[in-house]
Amino acid sequence: MLHTWLPYILAGIAVGGQYALIAIGYTMVYGILRLINFAHGDVFMWSGLIMVYLITVLPLWVSVILVILFAIVLGTTIEKVAYRPLRSAPRMSIMISAIGVSYLLQNFALYITGGLTKTYPAIGWLQKTVTIGSATTKMVTLITPVLTIVLVFLLVMLIKHTKIGMAMRAVSRDFETSSLMGIDINRVITVTFVIGCGLAAIGSVLYFSNYTGINPMSGAMPGLKAFVAAVFGGIGSVPGAVVGAFVIGVCENLIKGAGWTTFSDAFTFVLLIVILMVKPTGLFGEKNIDKV
Amino acid sequence: MDIRLNKKTKSALSVAAIALFLILVYIGDMNIPAGSSWKMLITVIEKGSIYALVAASMNLLNGFTGLFSLGQAGFMLIGAYTYAIFTIPAESHDKVYQYFDGGVIKWSIVEILEAKMGIFGHYLGMFIPMLGAGLIVAVIAFLIGIPVLRLKSDYLAIATLGFAEILRAFFQWNTLGPVTNGSNVLRKYTTYDNAVFPVIIGGICIAIILLLINSTYGRAFRAIRDDEIAAEAMGINLFKHKQMSFIISSFFAGISGALLAMFQTTINATPFNTVMTYEILLIVVIGGIGSITGSIIGAFLFTAASEWWLRGLDAGRWLGIQADFMRPGFRKVVFAILIMLIVLFYSQGIMGTREFSWDGFFSWWKNLPANLKAWPSRHKAKAAAKREARAVKAAAKAKAREAKASNEARKASGEALFTPLPVSDTVMVFDKEGR
Repeated sequence: MLHTWLPYILAGIAVGGQYALIAIGYTMVYGILRLINFAHGDVFMWSGLIMVYLITVLPLWVSVILVILFAIVLGTTIEKVAYRPLRSAPRMSIMISAIGVSYLLQNFALYITGGLTKTYPAIGWLQKTVTIGSATTKMVTLITPVLTIVLVFLLVMLIKHTKIGMAMRAVSRDFETSSLMGIDINRVITVTFVIGCGLAAIGSVLYFSNYTGINPMSGAMPGLKAFVAAVFGGIGSVPGAVVGAFVIGVCENLIKGAGWTTFSDAFTFVLLIVILMVKPTGLFGEKNIDKV
Repeated sequence: MDIRLNKKTKSALSVAAIALFLILVYIGDMNIPAGSSWKMLITVIEKGSIYALVAASMNLLNGFTGLFSLGQAGFMLIGAYTYAIFTIPAESHDKVYQYFDGGVIKWSIVEILEAKMGIFGHYLGMFIPMLGAGLIVAVIAFLIGIPVLRLKSDYLAIATLGFAEILRAFFQWNTLGPVTNGSNVLRKYTTYDNAVFPVIIGGICIAIILLLINSTYGRAFRAIRDDEIAAEAMGINLFKHKQMSFIISSFFAGISGALLAMFQTTINATPFNTVMTYEILLIVVIGGIGSITGSIIGAFLFTAASEWWLRGLDAGRWLGIQADFMRPGFRKVVFAILIMLIVLFYSQGIMGTREFSWDGFFSWWKNLPANLKAWPSRHKAKAAAKREARAVKAAAKAKAREAKASNEARKASGEALFTPLPVSDTVMVFDKEGR
C-alpha cells in the first residue's frame, strides 16, 4: 500500500513546501493591505526566468542571490508604482491594478521569451537521485520541506520578537490606528513585500528545479494554488498558509497518483469553495465581524 | 448650453444610426476584398461586438451589482462548446472526432431544420443552439451561484476564477471526449456568413441588458452595489437579486461565447483561461465601471488596438518607425503598459458612470468649439496651480530641513533642545503615594 503511494506523498510534500514559500507572500500582503496580490505568481515566474538568463554568465551562488534580490526589487517596485497611489481608492481599483500588473508581467515575459518554454538550469546537487524505501526521488524533494520549515520558523520569530514584526502585527490588526501610533505604514508594507518576494524567489529555485520547463504562464497556476493555501490556513496567518500549502501539495499528488490528473488543479478550487463555505476564516484565521 | 430633444426625434435618430451602421457593415463585408487592410475594420467590428456583449454582461455584474466575479471566460467556454457541438454537420463528425469514433452526437440542428424549412431553418438552426448555449450557461451559473454568491468581494473573485478553471479542466477531460472532443479542437461547425450577424445579436443582447438596468431590478442591483445593508433594510432580497444578476450576466456571456466560436471557426478550451477574463475585465475598466456605453467603446478600442492599430509593433514597423526591438509580443507589452496607465491615472475610464444620450452628444458637439478655445487657458491655469502647489511643498520641505539642521547644530553644541521648566519652591512635588 505505502509502497505505491510513497513516491506521490514525497512529491506532494515537496510541492507543498514550494507552494508554502509562495503562499507566505500572499497571506502577509493580504493580512496588511487586504489585497489579493495577483502579480505575486508572476513575480515568482519572473524570478525563475531571470535565473535561466543569469546562470549562463554567472556562477550558481551568485545567481541565486541575484535572483532573490531581483524578486525583492520587482515586488517593492510594483508596490510603489501600482499599489501605493491607490491606497485610499476603493478596494476594487487596487485589485484591478494588481490584475493589470499581472497582465503586464506575463506579456513582458512573453515578449522576452518569444513564447517558448525555457529550460531551467539543472542545479547539480539538487538533482541528485536519492532512494528512500521504495521511492526514488531527487534531492530537492527532501531539501524543500526542511528548508521551508526553517525559513518559516525564522519568519515567525521575526514576526513575534522583533520591533518590525510587532509593527506588522499592529498594522494587520488596524491600519489607521497603528499609523496614528507612529508606525511608518509604508515601511511596514515595503518590508512585507521584501519578505514575501524573497521567499517566492527561493520557492522558484526549488519549484523549477523540479519541473525543468518555464514559460510565461508558469506562475499563474502555482500562484492561484498558493493563494488557496493561504485562504485554507486562514488568511493573514503564516503557519496556516504553510499547513494549507502542504495539504494542497499532498492531496494534489495523491489525486495524480489515482489517475485523475485532469482534476488535480480543479481539486484546489473545490477545496477553496468547501473551506469558504464551512469555515470562511480558514484553519487559523481570526474572526472578522462586519460593522455597519 | 444644454440641448433637449423630444422622445420621438431621439428614437428616430437611434433607428437611423443603427440602420445606417448595419447597412455599412453588411455592404462592407460583402465588397471589401480579403487582402485589403480595410478588411481589418470588419474583423474589428465582428470581434468588437462579441467582446462588447461579454464586457456589458460583466459590467452588469461588477459595475452595477458590485459583485466582483472573474468567471466570465469559463461561461464563454461552455457557450462556445454548446453551440459548436450541436452544429457540426453529420458528415464532418468522423473527421472532427477522429479519436473518438465520430463522437456521440451524430446530427446537427442546423441540418435537420434546414432540410425541413430551407434558409429560414438554417438561421433558426443557428439561433436555437445559441439560445441553448445561453440557457445551459444560465443553469450552470444558477448551480455555481448557490455556494459562491454567499462570499464577499475578493473571495467571490477567487472562487469564480476557480470555477472557471474547473470548467476548463472538465471540458478537456478525455472521458468526455465523445462529446467535447477532449483536448482536441472542435471545427467545421456552422458559422455566420456576414459580419452583420454578430453585430445584430450582440446589439439585441446589449439592448436587453440596458432595459434590465433601467428597470426596477436594475435599481435594486445598484442599491445592493452602493450599500448591501441599507438595501436589505429597504426590503431588497439580497441573495435573490445577486443570483438574478449572476444568472443573467452568465446567460449573455454564454451567447457571446457562441458568437466567439462562430467568429473563430475553430475552438479549443485552452485559450479560455484567466488571461481572457482579465482582458474582459480590463475592457470594462477602460470603458468605465458602471457604464454600458463605456464597455462598448472599450471593447471596440481594445480589439482595434490589439488586432489592428498596434499590429505593426509586432512586425517591426509602426508609424514609419523601424526598430529591432519590435518583434512578436512587443505589441502586447505596449498594450499592457497603456492599460496600466489608464488604471493608475484615469481610473474612471472613458465614460465613468455616464451613458450615451443624444442630448448629451449634441450638447457636447455644440460646446466643443468653445471648450477647445478655452482649453489652452484652462490648461495654463491647471499648470500654474500645480506649480504653486509644488512651490508650497518645496518651501515646507526646506523649512523642515532648516529646523532639523538647527536642532542638530544645537545638539552638537551641547545646548538643550527644550528649555526645562524652572523649578521653584512653590511647585508641589508628589511622591509615589500621592502625598
